[in-house]
Amino acid sequence: MPWLEGVLAVFLKDWRSEFRTRYALNAALLFAVTTLVVVSFAIGAFGISGDLLAAFLWVVILFSSMAGLGQVFIKEVESRTFTALRLVARPSEVWAGKFFFNLVLLLGLEVIIIPLFFILLNPWVSDWGGFIAVLILGSVGLAGATTLIAAIIAQAKGKGALLAGLSYPILIPLLAAATSGTRHLFRGDGGAGQESQILAAYAVVVITAASLLFDFIWNE
Amino acid sequence: MAPPNQPEVSLSAKALTQRFGPNKIFESLSFEVPKGQGLVVTGPNGSGKTTLLRILSGLLRPTKGDVRLNVDGKVISPEDRLKHIGFITPELALYEELTALENLEFFAHVRRLKRTKADHLALLERVGLKERGRDLVGTFSSGMKQRLKLAFAIQHEPAFLFLDEPGSSLDEDGRAIVKGIISEQKAHGALVVATNDERELAYGEKRLALA
Repeated sequence: MPWLEGVLAVFLKDWRSEFRTRYALNAALLFAVTTLVVVSFAIGAFGISGDLLAAFLWVVILFSSMAGLGQVFIKEVESRTFTALRLVARPSEVWAGKFFFNLVLLLGLEVIIIPLFFILLNPWVSDWGGFIAVLILGSVGLAGATTLIAAIIAQAKGKGALLAGLSYPILIPLLAAATSGTRHLFRGDGGAGQESQILAAYAVVVITAASLLFDFIWNE
Repeated sequence: MAPPNQPEVSLSAKALTQRFGPNKIFESLSFEVPKGQGLVVTGPNGSGKTTLLRILSGLLRPTKGDVRLNVDGKVISPEDRLKHIGFITPELALYEELTALENLEFFAHVRRLKRTKADHLALLERVGLKERGRDLVGTFSSGMKQRLKLAFAIQHEPAFLFLDEPGSSLDEDGRAIVKGIISEQKAHGALVVATNDERELAYGEKRLALA
């Protein structure tokens, strides 16, 4: 299918570019590893509650994604390839290609962050399946929203502050559901079924909104 | 070489006005460029040459006025513009972390062109970069980057070619390549060149001087 080929071309181009420059990966990974190590040293032998651990995990994921995922469009503008991309690619292919790039990047980051989190902070999880479901659904929503917001702010001045400022109100429902679901799983006082449904609904809404809005954002 | 059975193409702009906030860039520009002809746009810095080309290519919406790109008697839709427009400007750059060949392969994929590696190498040879096809664009000189941008602009044999300062950074061989591209473009489509270079004024039959 031509549309999928276009999406794949954007996705592969971004990965090839990322492997050669480590533009997003280094920024995100540096934040995640530094934060995890610093906090684990700070709390030392004192354990912290499941409530705090759940919040801390999503703070690390959120700020890592802010440091890395927002770069997908900013990099195109700063390196002046944005115009070339606008001249050749259909908007929906660009959004989908960059969304999948961000999603794979975020899931890849989590493959490093999560084991490190468990090694350093040693939380207990009541349901691993539920925990992985919360992580994956939360990541889909986070990648979708961040990709869309990054496209909106890419051509603005003061991009860093704008990305954070615009993202937080939009991400609050996602963060609330993800943190609540993770907290239940860390405390062992119930599953995260309801939160998983909220996260799935959030992801559907974000992806639908992006598919409706992105042509306008891209062409204006 | 241009393919046989080429479509009839023409470009018309009516009463184009562009403002950025309170600043008027140009006002009520109207012109037509039929197939086989070139329009050369001249004017001092800030007169709106690049802005006009961005409007013609669909990258910028004019404050007022209308641009129509006709192919075989039909006005092409904004979605179809990608297929029919080739545009380079000093504001545009290609991917420096990719090789020249990888850039052309990527653009061919998203343009939905069926091209082989041999086709890409032939295009690179045409702009004098065949031997550097596997080198990262970041290692290229400014003249080599300009040559690659020319390859990017003509890769899909567009009906409308818009060149903003096409000879910038190019040596004499590079300028000869531009001349060849322009002759070929006029054989199958329409051309607009923005320049203040005396040597490039002859690229078009028509001239539009912006104040």
